[in-house]
Amino acid sequence: MININEVIETNRMIEKENLDVRTITLGLSLIGCETDDVEKTCANIYSRITERAKDLIRTGAEIEKEYAIPIINKRISVTPISIIASSCAKETDDYVKIAKTLDRAAKDVGVNFLGGFSALPAKGMTKSERLLIESIPQALAETDNVCASVNLGSTKTGINMDAVALMGRIIKETAYLTRERDSIGCAKLVVFTNAPDDNPFMAGAFHGVTETDAVINVGVSGPGVIKTALKGAEGLDFCSLCELIKKTAFKITRLGVLVAEEASKRLDIPFGIVDLSLAPTPAIGDSIAEIIEAMGIEKVGAPGTTAALALLNDSVKKGGIMASSSVGGLSGAFIPVSEDHGMIDAVNAGSLSIEKLEAMTSVCSVGLDMIAIPGDTSAETISGIIADEMAIGMINQKTTAVRIIPAYGKKEGEKAQFGGLLGEAPIMKVNNFSCEQFIRRGGRIPAPIHSFKN
Amino acid sequence: MKKSIITVVGKDQVGIIARVCTYLAKNNINILDISQTIVDGFFNMMMIADTNNASKSFSILSDELEALGKEIEVQIKLQREEIFEKMQRI
Repeated sequence: MININEVIETNRMIEKENLDVRTITLGLSLIGCETDDVEKTCANIYSRITERAKDLIRTGAEIEKEYAIPIINKRISVTPISIIASSCAKETDDYVKIAKTLDRAAKDVGVNFLGGFSALPAKGMTKSERLLIESIPQALAETDNVCASVNLGSTKTGINMDAVALMGRIIKETAYLTRERDSIGCAKLVVFTNAPDDNPFMAGAFHGVTETDAVINVGVSGPGVIKTALKGAEGLDFCSLCELIKKTAFKITRLGVLVAEEASKRLDIPFGIVDLSLAPTPAIGDSIAEIIEAMGIEKVGAPGTTAALALLNDSVKKGGIMASSSVGGLSGAFIPVSEDHGMIDAVNAGSLSIEKLEAMTSVCSVGLDMIAIPGDTSAETISGIIADEMAIGMINQKTTAVRIIPAYGKKEGEKAQFGGLLGEAPIMKVNNFSCEQFIRRGGRIPAPIHSFKN
Repeated sequence: MKKSIITVVGKDQVGIIARVCTYLAKNNINILDISQTIVDGFFNMMMIADTNNASKSFSILSDELEALGKEIEVQIKLQREEIFEKMQRI
């Protein structure tokens, strides 16, 4: 039988250490909604989402109450829209119309984000994908709850550098169209390499074509719990340190499994995966940077940071894998700058640069995340940053992403403010030596040698 | 049988257990086990209870216990047992 100390420990994690379920994400296939008419397609999409997701919020609230565990977000991911709209969308305005329909559906069922305004031109780009991508700036400026993502490459296909070049311009334009709000549109746009089909986290969530009709995916979180566990571990050697993280990650993941199974049962929708990512929030104590610092690094970004993050990420996965047979999504530690006050402090103190963050992304998920840069950074430089990150993912057979915000009108040292879960971000220094000629070459970086495994 | 866990945390004072038990009896909730301890100077009590035959829904019980806690200046929580089983057992 459960004893009082176990109960106290679990409740302490929830109450004092910010343990929560970050998101229940309903993955929803829109296949079957296609028509050759935009209005009809919009109507189909709207009714599919609102019918299938009508009980999502209520069910989430019930689970929260019965287990006294906060479930911060309830969200929806849908089939990449470039597939669904390929036979009806003739111009970018058609895509904007669909984005607005998604926004209305999200608001009507009460979810704060809906992901899947997406295209997957990892190798080549269809006409439909190009139209969707070109519509992104306007679509994100005219909606609140829609998230867009574009998969630009994979280990199997290489990197579509034409798409990388295009996304540099699209990110700039999105920043411009949402300039009144520190270019917040870019916070809802992420580019990937090796994008997973079952990611529950925004902005990159979409319901891949490998998935069934509807599925419940859950993302847990608990940087604060890991940090507290490390507090009493000052003298431990590395193996013992990893052991401690594994045990804690196991408990966190089991909580996710419980919530996922309950939500699945009550909504009568199959359980997909638990995403093991440690996701920070701007709250004090809910920070990945603080975990790294608790391991003995004075400020995140100092030498040793990448090793610390590597052991953290690996241990979280090992503990999590033991806790659930259905692990997926991104599963790693997130290092978004704007959503982690420890990262912000490190940037302000001069300890953390984009280059160090890039190195860190080679050992964790998911990539350069929520990084604000000067508004006058060129589209080619942004494409260069993206290409570097995509290369890390392609070569290392892992997911990497870039969610970067060239905050319009802002300069290095200033701040971009988004509010809420998105937080605020110091504008970081960018290396402005040109990569223009490299980006303008066009074409595709071929798949790496280790992709030929057949 | 699905079990529920009731936790009471706060400053120790006369009558905490009596008040909680009276409420549970009134609502037809059977107490299966009680244990208590002091953590950081605070009184911590845990009850394992059977709420299956309770006269009210889980959600109402949860709200009313929370309100009772406010009245006697302690924190009272009602949770389903699975959360602890799942996290604390392999």
